[in-house]
Amino acid sequence: MKKNKKRGLRIFVSALIIILSLLFLQRLLTPKYVDDVVEGAFIKEFYNEEHKEDLNLIFIGDCEVYSNFSPVTLWQEYGINSYIRGSADQYVWQSYYILEDTLKYVKPEAVVFNVLSLRNEEPKREAYNRMSLEGLKWSGTKINAIRDSMTEDENFLDYVFPILRYHSRWSDIKSTDFEFFFHSKPVSYNGFYMKTDVRPPQDVPEGQPLNNYNFGERAWHYLDKIRTLCEDNGIELILIKAPSLYPYWYDEYEEQVENYANEHELMYINFLEHKDEIGLDYDTDTFDGGLHLNVYGAEKLSRWFGNILSEEGLSDLRDRENLQRMWDEKISRYEAEKAEQSD
Amino acid sequence: MLFTSYSFIGFVAAVLLLYYLIPKKFQWPLLLIASYIFYFFSGPENLIFILITTAATYLIAIQIEKNILRQKDYIKEHKAEFTREEKKKYKESQKKIRVRWVLLSLAVDLGILAVCKYTNFFISNVNGVISAVGHGKQLALVDLVLPMGISFYTFQSVGYLIDVYRETVPAEKNFFRFALFVSFFPQLVQGPISRYSDLSQSLYEEHYYNAKTVSYGLERVLWGFFKKLVIADRLLPAVKLIINDLGTYDGVYVLFAIALYAVQLYADFTGGIDITIGIAEAMGIGLKENFDRPYFSKSLKEYWRRWHITMGTWFRDYIFYPLSICQWMQKFSRFSRSHFGNAIGKRLPVYLSSFIVWFATGFWHGASWNFILWGLFNWAVLMVSEELEPLYDRFHKHFPGYKGNLVKAFQSFRTVFIVGLLHLFDLYTVQEAFKAFGSLFTAGNFHILWDGSLMSLGLSAADYGIVILGAALMFTVSFLQRTEKVRDRISRLSYPKRFIIWYGLFLIVLLMGAYGVGYDSSQFIYNRF
Repeated sequence: MKKNKKRGLRIFVSALIIILSLLFLQRLLTPKYVDDVVEGAFIKEFYNEEHKEDLNLIFIGDCEVYSNFSPVTLWQEYGINSYIRGSADQYVWQSYYILEDTLKYVKPEAVVFNVLSLRNEEPKREAYNRMSLEGLKWSGTKINAIRDSMTEDENFLDYVFPILRYHSRWSDIKSTDFEFFFHSKPVSYNGFYMKTDVRPPQDVPEGQPLNNYNFGERAWHYLDKIRTLCEDNGIELILIKAPSLYPYWYDEYEEQVENYANEHELMYINFLEHKDEIGLDYDTDTFDGGLHLNVYGAEKLSRWFGNILSEEGLSDLRDRENLQRMWDEKISRYEAEKAEQSD
Repeated sequence: MLFTSYSFIGFVAAVLLLYYLIPKKFQWPLLLIASYIFYFFSGPENLIFILITTAATYLIAIQIEKNILRQKDYIKEHKAEFTREEKKKYKESQKKIRVRWVLLSLAVDLGILAVCKYTNFFISNVNGVISAVGHGKQLALVDLVLPMGISFYTFQSVGYLIDVYRETVPAEKNFFRFALFVSFFPQLVQGPISRYSDLSQSLYEEHYYNAKTVSYGLERVLWGFFKKLVIADRLLPAVKLIINDLGTYDGVYVLFAIALYAVQLYADFTGGIDITIGIAEAMGIGLKENFDRPYFSKSLKEYWRRWHITMGTWFRDYIFYPLSICQWMQKFSRFSRSHFGNAIGKRLPVYLSSFIVWFATGFWHGASWNFILWGLFNWAVLMVSEELEPLYDRFHKHFPGYKGNLVKAFQSFRTVFIVGLLHLFDLYTVQEAFKAFGSLFTAGNFHILWDGSLMSLGLSAADYGIVILGAALMFTVSFLQRTEKVRDRISRLSYPKRFIIWYGLFLIVLLMGAYGVGYDSSQFIYNRF
């Protein structure tokens, strides 16, 4: 009896040590995305958002949404309470799942989807998958998103136990891994990635002829699912093409999206065609030679787009005190960082 | 299903759990089902080959045994009527029948192996001859799949059949039990090559859960994963980089690759065998050891007694011995003695037999000339050593002091170095191997040892550190095993100490293993044989 008790205690203590040490190591080794590749933190940050049930506009898409639209401007100018759920090279099926996840918390008036990702039929890099999916809260949605996104080298178990993926990071451990062990810090502004750098475009690559300009079956399938999801929830779906100079947006791409939008009576705006009306000056409004807008370009674009959204009837929520308070804090942080980055 | 994949770990865990939960009489059928599921995942079409080998060997072994029994009964019945001459004649006639059965089985088993593994080698050589005589037309290579572990299960089946023929084991009457002997999943990938007499009892008997047996087995599995993932797979990119570009990486780089490959191959192969034996051990099934601290060998001859033991003994028992005593070798022996005198004449048949064995060993390792040459160079070094042995003996007689630990260490180092040089034929094509060897003397690029060039081989300083510490740990464990198993030593320690050792090793594998995205997860080197 005494022997059994001792053995039981031994097993219990051993199991406790194993579980706690593995949890500790997993947390330590998993990237915190607070200093270098901050884009990896965007998807997760949404869950910390106060009053997310009051969001009336959601952007979904890739870097062309999180770099090019400033929710702060949309709030300041039009009272639109928006959030960008975008991540690097976020594929169309990932956008669908991320939208599905978002709708568990909020029913916005409109969803804006950037169509660039329709070009992709297959996942390209594991790193992009990680940045898009790691931050999602565990649910059936996340499981499906992972299953649909994994490259050949990836394993589902690596998502369940990130220590299996990041086990070799022990040689890259930094002070921030300890500093942000228990908590994180906000790195975006409602999903917006602020950059004040200015780097004008020099040699914008021309579009090379392609063998096939048609978007693939998978892309259309998930765009249909995004549309149906919005319809089922009474949300207006707006398709956009951000004003990035490259990757090259072919006329054939444009035609297919236009036809789709017409067929389903969706609003579609290709901002590349409205550069002058928006007032974009690529010599000052991009931080990486025309691939993404900097904060100045993003503010211009948001101002122009916000006006259209307002005219479309998107509510002005500036009369809500709780939102006003929340945004005041965000704006002061936003302005402070803008000033700091500009220095 | 790679041994180092999550799916294999999950598979083994599930099989082990079921193994001890189900009624004991279903244990071996469970292993058979598990083995076929495991094999199915290597490619469903591979099942056809293993099934043909299994069925042919099973049926023919029964025929052979029936013939033996019939012969015995007949002789018993006609004991009074038979003269000695008649009895001998009858026995010989029956033996001929059995030999035919054996040949048929060899034709089926080795035929499959030959077709799957050597067809393209044969075609390439025919093409070489065709182009040498000036014909332009070449034969097309065929797209054949090499079934996983085919060399291992074929050798195991052939060994069993010859044992039945030699009456050292009875033929297995239950087809499914025999199928398990051929396909037992832990040893299917890279051996060891088991004998029916060694494996059958523990494979089919009922095993009750024993915490010590299970934990002993799993400890060995963990040690195997350490060798494979932390050391062998970490070295893989550097070895690949050097051997794939002899133009850039010659001279001292080749020497460096030899050293890395010696560590990688040892860690890979012994690690894989540790995993294999460990899994079997956790089920209470004993597999033969395949290594006996080979890098401590003081000569190449000793090395081959301690490296891949089950393969060495297989070639010895089923090729070397039969060859040495076969009729035409006897004739050759008589011929050589009469023509070259007793001293040389008695050696020649032995050398010829071992030449054939080493040719076969090389050919077994790979269907290409570099492997054949590798085997033949091993033979040459062994024969030269054999001839020089009296000289060594005389030297040691005159200088008895040259037997200390330092000398032993030098001899071990020399053996490892020779083995490493011979591995040039394993790493490179024939032409490249000679070129690489030549570059050791001509390149003169010793500066790479200190100018940082070694840091651009895909290994970071941390990687080198891990490899050095890992190799030191392997060496220490190997050294300690001289007198007693390290696991036995550890088992005598207090629980907290044991926990620290095994959980520490687990964490090292978990954190420092070269697995997952970003690493080139490799199949075991010996799996390709």
